[in-house]
Amino acid sequence: MSRNLILGGALTAIFVMAALLSFVWTPQSVEAMNIAGRLQPPSAANLLGTDHFGRDILSMLMVGARTSIAVALVAVGIGMGLGVPLGLAAAARRGGMLDEVIMRMNDLIFAFPSLVIAILITAVFGPSATNAIIAIGIFNIPVFARITRGAALSLWKREFIMAARVAGKTRTRISAEHILPNVANLLIVQGTIQFSLGILAEAGLSYVGLGAQPPLPSWGRMLADAQTMVALAPHVALIPGLTIVAMVLGLNLLGDGLRDALDPRLRVVRT
Amino acid sequence: MLGYFVKRLVSLVISLIVASAVIFSVVEIAPGDPASFMLGINAQPDTVAALRTELGLDQSKLDRYLSWVGGMLTGDFGTSYTYRAPVAQMIADRLWVSLPLALYALTLSTLIAFPAGIFAAARRGGAGDLAVTGATQLGVAIPNFWFAMMLVLIFAINLRWFSAGGFPGWDAGFWTGMKALTLPAIALALPQAAILTRVMRSSLLDILGEDFIRTACAKGLSSRQALWRHGLRNALIPVLTIIGLQFAFLLAGAIIIEQVFFLPGLGRLIFQAITQRDLIVVESVVMLLVFAVILVNFLVDLAYAAVDPRLRTRT
Repeated sequence: MSRNLILGGALTAIFVMAALLSFVWTPQSVEAMNIAGRLQPPSAANLLGTDHFGRDILSMLMVGARTSIAVALVAVGIGMGLGVPLGLAAAARRGGMLDEVIMRMNDLIFAFPSLVIAILITAVFGPSATNAIIAIGIFNIPVFARITRGAALSLWKREFIMAARVAGKTRTRISAEHILPNVANLLIVQGTIQFSLGILAEAGLSYVGLGAQPPLPSWGRMLADAQTMVALAPHVALIPGLTIVAMVLGLNLLGDGLRDALDPRLRVVRT
Repeated sequence: MLGYFVKRLVSLVISLIVASAVIFSVVEIAPGDPASFMLGINAQPDTVAALRTELGLDQSKLDRYLSWVGGMLTGDFGTSYTYRAPVAQMIADRLWVSLPLALYALTLSTLIAFPAGIFAAARRGGAGDLAVTGATQLGVAIPNFWFAMMLVLIFAINLRWFSAGGFPGWDAGFWTGMKALTLPAIALALPQAAILTRVMRSSLLDILGEDFIRTACAKGLSSRQALWRHGLRNALIPVLTIIGLQFAFLLAGAIIIEQVFFLPGLGRLIFQAITQRDLIVVESVVMLLVFAVILVNFLVDLAYAAVDPRLRTRT
């Protein structure tokens, strides 16, 4: 296993486990305020210090990890769930009307950065974690559609697909039984990348107030709250920021490691 | 080339029509009546009706859409529900902050990425390459708004070299304005520089594996000479494409950074408009940002086709 895979996997596992653990245990309650003990630096009682309400930052980060991971994961699910079938359908009908319509729709969605989609959705329905998921998810659809279509197009020219067509299989069946398993590795790697981008996007949206709303802790909101406190207690901004960096770095390394491990051509080069 | 241009132009127009229809339709779903919202709960029905007529809200949806699009084509974006001022003027005022910020960030990211990418590619597998690659890994993982906060902490609060936020306006002088935009531009440029460095490096490495580079080396050039004389120009094509695409995203990304630095740009305008339910401002700014992305994609396509004739025949 590559170093990237091990390091990225370990970092990601730490955050996922912390998020899962927060369902049953956190060092302190995230709702317990202690104004007398606010903005305290890291200590034995509060391993990562306290925020401006005296809440334990470690506990907030653990619960916040749940929000970030859930938003990014569901957004990747939306992107994959809609983008992959569209990409497969476009490739199966290459050059046809369906292909053209799907790819032009993709171009259109690409013209809306996730922040712009979020602004539009929030202006209409109000800010929430769900709307952040929808915004990031919509932006993921063309990403997965394009990557699936690109990979599937080259597979449609391969002999084993020709054999399947000669055997009388329909395009839909070939896409599901032969194309999809062969692009799965690529999708897993891209899924990891989109997951890390989703974490960053969620943090950004929550920071500007378009994502998760109080009292639901989120990493972006923690940074927004920390902004006016940064001169008094730099740790309230430093720690959540470094947490986001570590999580995104971990996912990116995991993506790189998975790509190396799953792509046989890279494996041959390495050995 | 003319056929390709016309085809792309038609595609651009269709994209703009569909995008404007989508934006208008989404905003139409918004619950509540802007006129009632503006006048408050105690407003008389006839006053609300009069305002609805004044704002054109009593027209059919199609008429309003056509009037909105037609207005935009002539530079009339309508009147803000909250400020009762022309939206086009409000956007133009804010663009004087957002546009220079995006351009400043694009310049910085290019100035960082070009030497870093060339440096890494020339030392492939070496310590320098590893350092640059590691730095880009970190660069893409850092949220730009958090990096902005750290810049404020170090350079504004501790070192006092820059102000922590705000914009004095271009009337205060060009350099004063540029100084106020420096930290925001650095924060905005960092992740883009990391991405661009990666593209530059991998593009150069692809080119360095080409036959014509091997020929150049066989004729006596060192690999670095071959890189500078023959590799760089060819490697620039994908890099320029990414630079073009980054500009539109920098304009959208500036929205968040403006919040950190309290800059009076498009970002603050749109967030104020959301809070005040000034939906005509929201839809106009969103349309402007989407127009920027579509237009830049169109220009990138044309530039790409101009330098790579194969693309013209492929599509």
